[in-house]
Amino acid sequence: MTPQSKQLETTLETQVESVNLAEEMCLRVAEAAGFGEEDCYRIGMSVREGVINAFHYGNQERPDRKIHLTVELTSEKLIIHVMDEGKGFKLGDVPDPLAEENLLSTSGRGIFLMRSFMDDFDVVEGRTGGAEIIMSKRLPSAAKPLGDSAVGHGNEGKDPHQEA
Amino acid sequence: MSIQATHRDSGKVTVVDMSGRISLGDGSALLRTLVRQLLAEDRTLILLNLADVNYIDSSGIGELVSAFTTVKGRGGEMKLLNLTKKVHDLLQITKLFTVFEVFNEESKAIQSFK
Repeated sequence: MTPQSKQLETTLETQVESVNLAEEMCLRVAEAAGFGEEDCYRIGMSVREGVINAFHYGNQERPDRKIHLTVELTSEKLIIHVMDEGKGFKLGDVPDPLAEENLLSTSGRGIFLMRSFMDDFDVVEGRTGGAEIIMSKRLPSAAKPLGDSAVGHGNEGKDPHQEA
Repeated sequence: MSIQATHRDSGKVTVVDMSGRISLGDGSALLRTLVRQLLAEDRTLILLNLADVNYIDSSGIGELVSAFTTVKGRGGEMKLLNLTKKVHDLLQITKLFTVFEVFNEESKAIQSFK
């Protein structure tokens, strides 16, 4: 984290409600950072997909596992980390949802949507040993100067703590 | 916004008017339950009116695909009507326009069922 960046970390339960909670939290940060409606929609959708991925595939819907969400706001971009406590996965192993044989699949589009909607997207091994999704979106040129208000209203998550 | 759905008959076709979000949780579950219910009543020609659905996530997409294949497996047809821009764009980037038949006019959609 650079000196100019603001960071918000939240630990979420492995439950469906965490998906909406994470989306709402990140949307507040994105709106405060100056993102427009379309970008907020894309950021919100990407956060949902990241947390759904952690909830379902990473943590296998096990309530004893947690989802770790970090929202970092720098002078250039909004960076979102979603880490699970599963076994991790490699992006190369994820089937292409646009392949003809996968079009009628009822799952497997989350990674594709995050990649499509964010500027940068990657999956690394997290400190928990699970998967850590890292995705970012550049701030709009008309973004307001960064201040405490940008991350000060988004701490509704369970067991939140904020680092400046 | 919570999901809501009502259905009505238009000749042999059942039109389902949905509103709200089709996403992980209630939205996806409602669509699944509704389609099962319609099929149990032998209503196999289904037109989903999504005019008031402004949000679908990957779970919702999966549920739409599941409904489509389930209805087709019963010898029926499921088509979509009145997509909002966000839903339209989502189906476009996921290439599901090549799967679903999509209409902007209800009368033309009704006529298209065999």
